[in-house]
Amino acid sequence: MSDFNSIADRAAAATPPAIARKVRGLSDRAIAWLFIAPTIVLLLAINIFPLIWTVYLSFTNYASNRPNRPVVNVGLKWYQDILGSPEIWASMQATAHFVFWTILLQTVIGFGLAYLIDRKFRGHAFWTTVILIPMMLSPAVVGNFWKFLYQPQIGLFNYIVSFFTGIPPSSFEMLGSVTLAPWAIIIVDTWMWTPYVMLICLAGLRSIPDYIHEAAEVDRASRWRQFWSITLPMALPFIMLAVLFRGIENFKMFDMVMLLTGGGPGSTTELASIALKRQAFEAYRTGYSSAFAIILFVVVFGLANVYVKALNKVKQR
Amino acid sequence: MKKLLAGASALAAAIALTPISDAQADELTLCWAAWDPANALVELSKDFTAQTGTQMKFEFVPWPNFADRMLNELNSGGKLCDLLIGDSQWIGGSAENGYYVKLNDFFDKEGISMDDFAPATVYAYSTWPKGTPNYWALPAMGDANGWFYRKDWFENPDLMAEYKSKYGRDLAPPKTWAELKDTAEFFQGRQIDGKTVYGAAIFTERASEGITMGATSALYPYGFKYENTPGKYDMEGAVNSADAVAGLEMYKEIYKCCTPPGYTDSYMGEGLDAFKSGQVAMMMNWFAFMPGMAKDENVGSKTGFFVNPGAKIEASTLGGQGISVVANTDNMDGALAYIKWFAQPDVQKKWWSLGGYACHNAVLNDPGFKDSQPFAAQFLEAMNGVQDFWQEPAYAQLLQAMQKRLHDYVVADTGTAKEALDGLIQDWTAIFEEEGKL
Amino acid sequence: MSSASTTAHSVVEPSANSKRLAGFLVILYAVISMIPLAWIFATGWKTPPDSISYPPKVVFDPSLEGYCNLFTTRTRQTQDYIEAQGPPQGACDEVTRKREMVIAGPSNYVPRFINSLIIAFGSTFLAVALGVLSAYAFSRFKIPLADDLLFFILSTRMMPPIAVAIPIYLMYRELGLSDSALGMILLYTAVNVSLAVWLLKGFIDEIPREYEEAAMIDGYTRLHAFFKVVLPQAATGIAATAIFCLIFAWNEYAFAVLLTSGRAQTAPPFIPTIIGEGGMDWPAVGAGTTLFLIPIVVFTVLLRKHLLRGITFGAVRK
Repeated sequence: MSDFNSIADRAAAATPPAIARKVRGLSDRAIAWLFIAPTIVLLLAINIFPLIWTVYLSFTNYASNRPNRPVVNVGLKWYQDILGSPEIWASMQATAHFVFWTILLQTVIGFGLAYLIDRKFRGHAFWTTVILIPMMLSPAVVGNFWKFLYQPQIGLFNYIVSFFTGIPPSSFEMLGSVTLAPWAIIIVDTWMWTPYVMLICLAGLRSIPDYIHEAAEVDRASRWRQFWSITLPMALPFIMLAVLFRGIENFKMFDMVMLLTGGGPGSTTELASIALKRQAFEAYRTGYSSAFAIILFVVVFGLANVYVKALNKVKQR
Repeated sequence: MKKLLAGASALAAAIALTPISDAQADELTLCWAAWDPANALVELSKDFTAQTGTQMKFEFVPWPNFADRMLNELNSGGKLCDLLIGDSQWIGGSAENGYYVKLNDFFDKEGISMDDFAPATVYAYSTWPKGTPNYWALPAMGDANGWFYRKDWFENPDLMAEYKSKYGRDLAPPKTWAELKDTAEFFQGRQIDGKTVYGAAIFTERASEGITMGATSALYPYGFKYENTPGKYDMEGAVNSADAVAGLEMYKEIYKCCTPPGYTDSYMGEGLDAFKSGQVAMMMNWFAFMPGMAKDENVGSKTGFFVNPGAKIEASTLGGQGISVVANTDNMDGALAYIKWFAQPDVQKKWWSLGGYACHNAVLNDPGFKDSQPFAAQFLEAMNGVQDFWQEPAYAQLLQAMQKRLHDYVVADTGTAKEALDGLIQDWTAIFEEEGKL
Repeated sequence: MSSASTTAHSVVEPSANSKRLAGFLVILYAVISMIPLAWIFATGWKTPPDSISYPPKVVFDPSLEGYCNLFTTRTRQTQDYIEAQGPPQGACDEVTRKREMVIAGPSNYVPRFINSLIIAFGSTFLAVALGVLSAYAFSRFKIPLADDLLFFILSTRMMPPIAVAIPIYLMYRELGLSDSALGMILLYTAVNVSLAVWLLKGFIDEIPREYEEAAMIDGYTRLHAFFKVVLPQAATGIAATAIFCLIFAWNEYAFAVLLTSGRAQTAPPFIPTIIGEGGMDWPAVGAGTTLFLIPIVVFTVLLRKHLLRGITFGAVRK
């Protein structure tokens, strides 16, 4: 490298710049493609080619644990099966419930925290950093450990609830009860990801120029009115961005919930990704699960696109 | 920055080129579940290393992840394991896909006879198709689902008197599921030694195989069958017979009345914890844990063992595994040498003494066997009535369907037992149709 | 700070009382959200019986047992056997023998941790290297269909990991990349490179083109100018991007559990499988979790200024 540099330096010194560029080979165009090519090749090999393969597999009866079975084209059978399967719809419903409530709670709490932190009280920088820690953790490790915290007799969670409410700790089962388990996973996700929403909202609040508030203050607009007519609308694009990212992530949710409930009790918390994992890597119904994967991809891609359009409209306002 | 980049590229290149496989010719990796018997096998294998110089490495995976991890390993053509002590239900798929080495020629050459092993274990752990003389494993670890109970509580005079006056019979290890339920109810919520205790720990685990293994321990004695005619896949009237419904309802009743709080997703480990910490009077668990329990520092001397209770018939859910050579191994000779060594009667005897359940007749037919351990006689009795889940190549799918139907009914409390079993027939029919077997 | 001085400072500066209330609420939230982590940390120092005692023990005698169990495998033995082993060697041996067990050998925690290091750092390096090249090209040159390409790069992150893993599993099986560090590095690189391109494009866009143009007028080639001028200017952005790639690769679970089984397995799929004689060995899990968290918590503290950029895919500018 250094040899090349010194030669280049000498050559550069000896030639006028415009010619130099030509003499030393690579045109901008060539460099552009040279720089982009490795990324594109990698993505083609590890994302696009597999995606096309998945589409192909979704029309076959292929099973990855049956290398010797003849592969037969089954047409749209899997797509029909999936769209007509009550289990799949149940898992989509569980996913929708999870996504809706986690986003709602995280947005409300996250925005609230950001609003408070924006008061810039003494030590706010330190406490902001502390709040951020949960979202840096491995979701699988978090799920595993919350399973321990939720144990009705030995776990801390029930004990704390019991301390404040007087309900005996072993009288309710966060992970074992059909009504509580969906909330158990929402609580953990909210604990983990509220800081993320908080951070984006904080950026939104800080993006509001001081003079707008100063002007409102001069007009004697109440704090309450300022909040609704200035703060919230101006922070809205940021909030929507946070909702988009959390929505995509939680639609894909697998690791934390898998470790926490394994989809149970019964199939109460069997989110789409968990149902997909069961079909793909326990039952090894590769064809069926490929079709399911494609459907999930289309749904998340479609919803995200619609949402981004809405987001752009809000931004332009 | 240039130096940094150059250094980092060198590092990346070094990582990429580091040989991932470090298998040496004189090294074997044995894969099994992480549980007491596996630790005993580590101890036993030291003799093999001493005799042959072959170093043994072990990869033990906890039960809830065991099937997932190991089937994934086999399907992905990995080279992690040379020897695999795989679950009995995997044998169909592993034989048909060529993941295991067929051992017939090797047995013939080395003079290892399957007649030297208990017939039930050879049938369950070694053969595919079932019952034919095609051997894919050597029976390594006999096992069945059995019961542990607190002898000290059962022998407490006050409790004995109270039990007798309430039920008109002695407080003793139950012989039937109805008695089991009475006894569990008797202990449920009682104060013993200043602690609230509970009736029974049973399997309710959702993700892998737990609730199926537990519920079949009630289903089989009540007369549940997989098929009316073996090999015909005619499940209507067998899987959902009135007897089967009664068995499943019994299992749910015991779950509802007599398990400790939070016992909604529990398998072997949770059961052992509940029992060892003195929470439950009785625990369903595999025979494999009995040697360890008998040695336990807290409850070892206070623990008794009994065979799975009967109902219409006597039956137990089969556990246990055979040891197979993984076809993908780089050390075939070493792996076969291990099997040859393991099959010797003397090694099998030591295996039993260390806490493994040998299946060799030299061990089981020994006149002193029944008295060698407090659970030895029960083991022989249980192994006479064992039944196993489907061993079909589609076993994972079949199991998944059953896990879901059972957990939905027993734990999540949806529908009736009849509906659960009817639904199960639907699921299984669809799977066998997809397999081309129906 | 008195209220008089605040009004003098700015009309919108919050009052001292509202600040105090805000501070109280935020600190309350922070403390509550730290309880689970504190519990993880504390559990690592408990004995197994203490860890599952009822009611949960807040005060306890610290023990090394969790850390000892994390790094070793043990077998239960008879008293005679243990006495024949001679005096205990080291603290862990002593702790183990109190439970009537002997240490049979090291556990798999260290190899899994090393795998995590190799795979996370290897993939981070590759993702950033590829990302900075692509980002530069997107930032400086007219590339046909640039917007579509950029969106395509981003959309690869919308696939659920399980869906991606289905074909990757088959592909790696054919290529012999199953359960290999190389396979995992390539996969994590592919996932991370989209983040890297988007983030770094933002950073490079902010470096004035005039710098390179001046260098090129001085006779530097484009390539030369990129290395000598652009890279040093983008150093902060590169560091921030690297951290975000590292966090993903360090914490990833779904691919690791599906595509590795032993030799290339990382720590996240391993930690939930640490069991004792019965169920989970919670002190060992607590110890393993604590050790695994330390690097990420340190990074969080060091990198807090760049956090926002990273978690929003660069969508939020300074």
